[in-house]
Amino acid sequence: MSSRLLEIHQGILSKNDRLARELRDRFEKAGVYVVNLVSSPGTGKTAFLERTLSMLVEQGCSAAALVGDLATENDARRLERSGAPVRQIVTAGICHLEANMIAEHLAGWRLDTLDFLFIENVGNLVCPSSYDLGEALRIALLSVTEGEDKPLKYPPMFNSADLAIITKLDLAEAVEFKYEETYANIQAVRPGIRVLETSAKTGDGMAAWIELLKRCKTDWQQSQLQEIHLNGHR
Amino acid sequence: MHELSIAHSLVEIAGEAACQANAKQVEAVTLRLGALSGVVKDALLFSYDIAIENTLLAGSRLYIEELPVVVYCPDCDTQTTLDGVQRFRCDQCGQPTAQIIQGKEMEIVSLEYTE
Repeated sequence: MSSRLLEIHQGILSKNDRLARELRDRFEKAGVYVVNLVSSPGTGKTAFLERTLSMLVEQGCSAAALVGDLATENDARRLERSGAPVRQIVTAGICHLEANMIAEHLAGWRLDTLDFLFIENVGNLVCPSSYDLGEALRIALLSVTEGEDKPLKYPPMFNSADLAIITKLDLAEAVEFKYEETYANIQAVRPGIRVLETSAKTGDGMAAWIELLKRCKTDWQQSQLQEIHLNGHR
Repeated sequence: MHELSIAHSLVEIAGEAACQANAKQVEAVTLRLGALSGVVKDALLFSYDIAIENTLLAGSRLYIEELPVVVYCPDCDTQTTLDGVQRFRCDQCGQPTAQIIQGKEMEIVSLEYTE
């Protein structure tokens, strides 16, 4: 018996990453802009998404949502009130969503009829950061009630986000929310990230968010056109 | 805590590689883990011992090489190794920088086995 060394050099999540690339390719071909929402439990992802879906539907956009939860289907029922198609992903205890769960739950949906697809991740500021779901935009949400140092406590999540959204702005005064400290902490772990302030309850900041979202989608489409132009026909 | 599902993915990949190499027994697996990987070393070591039960990797050790975050500053054209993961700044000019060169790794480097 002799001992041998085998070089592997493979990502542990390479299977998920490959699936996520396939999904991203599918989303790009269908022209659907996919947004992954991550935050702690209780930040208000569902309320934020419910208002977002309602506003998009009102404005004539076609939007749908996949919503992850450990055990219940409550969030899907709430989101359905917006009029958008919604599917629940019950993870049965798994603390994050993975690319294969997204692929499985898209069955039967015509992606090319959608403008936006939202993925509400399981409420957890640690585990979802490691899993690419093929999204075009990852948003980290942070409520004013959570404490200004949250970005410093969960750097990988905030660092992996493309946009940060502060929620429950209507409660800011009551909890003496420190804007400057929060912004400084977000920028410390993710320099240059754009931060928006919103209240799904009063609607404050929501119009600016929808406007930014639509602009992000336009930029995304233009960058794909440029890519096609550079690489020839696909 | 997602380290158990990370450990299962790890065992799957290492197990397939060991099988292809006709390994009789795997003695050790070496990983590189970046400070931004979102994976806790101790939790992964704990999960590993559970995940390898009844596999070709049973009884093997897991070595984890932890990698700090390294950022690049375009203004100074220099790299900074960060002390932690809370201040993404260039050492030289003090300016924030989001250009990460190292720190997100979650990679199986190699395995030692007997044939």
